[in-house]
Amino acid sequence: MSKEPVAVTGIGQTKHVAARRDVSIAGLVREAARRALDDAELTWADVDAVVIGKAPDFFEGVMMPELYLADALGAVGKPMLRVHTAGSVGGSTALVAANLVAARVHGTVLTLAFEKQSESNAMWGLSLPIPFQQPLLAGAGGFFAPHVRAYMRRSGAPDTVGSLVAYKDRRNALKNPYAHLHEHDITLEKVQASPMLWDPIRYSETCPSSDGACAMILTDRAGAARAPRPPAWMLGGAMRSEPTLFAGKDAVSPQAGKDCAADVYRQAGVADPRRDIDAVEMYVPFSWYEPMWLENLGFAAEGEGWKLTESGVTELDGDLPVNMSGGVLSTNPIGASGMIRFAEAALQVRGQAGEHQVERARKVLGHAYGGGSQFFSMWLVGSEPPDA
Amino acid sequence: MNREIAVVAFAQTDHRRTSEEFSEVEMLMPVLHEVLAQTGLKTADIGFTCSGSSDYLAGRAFSFTLALDGVGAWPPISESHVEMDGAWALYEAWTKLLTGDADTALVYSYGKSSPGPLRDVLTRQLDPYYVAPLWPDSVALAALQAQALIDAGDTDEPALAAVAARSRTDATANSHAQLRGSVAHGDYVVRPLRTGDCPPIGDGAAAVVLAAGERARELCDRPAWIRGVDHRIEAHSLGVRDLTDSPSTRLAAERAGAFERPVDTAELHAPFTSQEVVLRKALGLDDGVRVNPSGGALAANPVMAAGLIRIGEAAARIQRGESDRALAHATSGPCLQQNLVAVLEGDPR
Repeated sequence: MSKEPVAVTGIGQTKHVAARRDVSIAGLVREAARRALDDAELTWADVDAVVIGKAPDFFEGVMMPELYLADALGAVGKPMLRVHTAGSVGGSTALVAANLVAARVHGTVLTLAFEKQSESNAMWGLSLPIPFQQPLLAGAGGFFAPHVRAYMRRSGAPDTVGSLVAYKDRRNALKNPYAHLHEHDITLEKVQASPMLWDPIRYSETCPSSDGACAMILTDRAGAARAPRPPAWMLGGAMRSEPTLFAGKDAVSPQAGKDCAADVYRQAGVADPRRDIDAVEMYVPFSWYEPMWLENLGFAAEGEGWKLTESGVTELDGDLPVNMSGGVLSTNPIGASGMIRFAEAALQVRGQAGEHQVERARKVLGHAYGGGSQFFSMWLVGSEPPDA
Repeated sequence: MNREIAVVAFAQTDHRRTSEEFSEVEMLMPVLHEVLAQTGLKTADIGFTCSGSSDYLAGRAFSFTLALDGVGAWPPISESHVEMDGAWALYEAWTKLLTGDADTALVYSYGKSSPGPLRDVLTRQLDPYYVAPLWPDSVALAALQAQALIDAGDTDEPALAAVAARSRTDATANSHAQLRGSVAHGDYVVRPLRTGDCPPIGDGAAAVVLAAGERARELCDRPAWIRGVDHRIEAHSLGVRDLTDSPSTRLAAERAGAFERPVDTAELHAPFTSQEVVLRKALGLDDGVRVNPSGGALAANPVMAAGLIRIGEAAARIQRGESDRALAHATSGPCLQQNLVAVLEGDPR
């Protein structure tokens, strides 16, 4: 049987900031949902189901907050699903919503992901002491820094590459009105002079803690035909998971990431991602993950990703722009971060990305990962519908 | 949506008050092994895996990630997780199979209530600004609902006691049940609910294997075909809901096709005796329907698994030839806020 094609016809996000003290959690999510509905020129009544995601409930201190948020998201009387796959959750949530449309269970679905980090402290939310298990040492940076070191050793990358990524993403963020960090006086020297947090990761090479939400309207062919603005079409989407801890794991380039990308490319008929894909929004919470994921996603051969970054290929005006929005490095409401990648990819192929629009962006990849580099979710969206 | 999907295997733990000597993963592992053994499938044969659990029970963020290590997700698997009862994980897996992307799915869920005081923990589900700070606990909220039913003339305390007695008597045939046989109706916990009206607090896990079309027939002699499944949510605030009714259950049942033909069995996720009264009314179940032959949630209520167990118990009855058309129900949130209904059928005999 054939799947129903899935289109993105509405996108909304909040202006991401360190603390949205002016709104409740419900107010925050409603703002993003309202903007997505406005973009699609739909009302709450047009939505058949709501799929919501966020990272751990401990970050806001609310157990299963979707119960409390049902009213704010117009879900009363409708199906409401809550997804949680660690940092990849924003992407996974969009894919679960897309499956409802693809399976023809629902015609139009509102999907939303959020995090209101200011309600508590994410560092402590990730630092609960459990005997006999490896904690995330001193936050996520402590966990990932050794893997960055391993990448540098393996690839021979010079230690200047990470700062190039951070400098690029922070400049891109200046073109994105929703980005959290708008560092107008950013220079490469400032990035390189910022304090070392978890060697080799510097302060300016890490993501901020943000409050924010992102929402999308996903719909079927009929819904897309009624859409007021060009839709983005889902050409492929996949999730892959592997264990956190086991001897065979390659933490630098996890097999689950490679398999996930391969599945997406197969669905979308992408033979050579470097040639066939125009831009990438990837989950880069620490700057070195750009070259690492370039290799993991098949845009560069093993050990060669840093050369793409260093040569300017991933700049906004480069041959393969990466994180045109400013990326996770500029905006990180954790639970929403994956969905923002997916939504930014869709904005690009719709030609709606404003100042950070890439010319002739026909096929753009949205990527998210989570846990100990073990959960992956990705989608490839295009300006043209998939072949019937 | 023309793809036929069935429950082909079901396994659950023996539910118990505490399992402090086991981690969540250790509690779950035997169930995963058992459900796969029933079908002869290995982890690598499964097309899609989906789980349901809640970090708040374990008291740590990302608690589900370690369960994944127990699944043995290598080579990497196509996998997802809902922070909900496993019945909703089954719903996600069902939609995945409908798309044709997979032919088999492993669904599991688990909950350990023993690490913390469950009544307090569940208050954290409530509106965090206006309600949760008052700490109204799960029994108190259910008691509000029970009193509303009594005031409306829908039930009385002896009728509730009869629900409890019937459930625990039925549970004597369920070796996994935590509370079975003669259980005293007891003193009031929160008026009008007595200890006998309340579910046991316990730890447990469950797992189900789904398969599509011919694959289901290969894996199971009498697959329990999912004819429909739907779920609906209601407003969170109790002040805007009629607690004596469950419109979300009725709508989900209608969308799942439950009213097209009578069912012979209903496995209802009603942790409190009074909630069975609400659900029977919403679903229009008469005395001819066998309700909760497993003993239901009054016999074992491992939070996050109890809903999936209802689907598993209903499917197992079909597989054993004890039912031809069954309804399974799962609930979440205070006073039946969110409800899922699945309709299962066996091939004609």
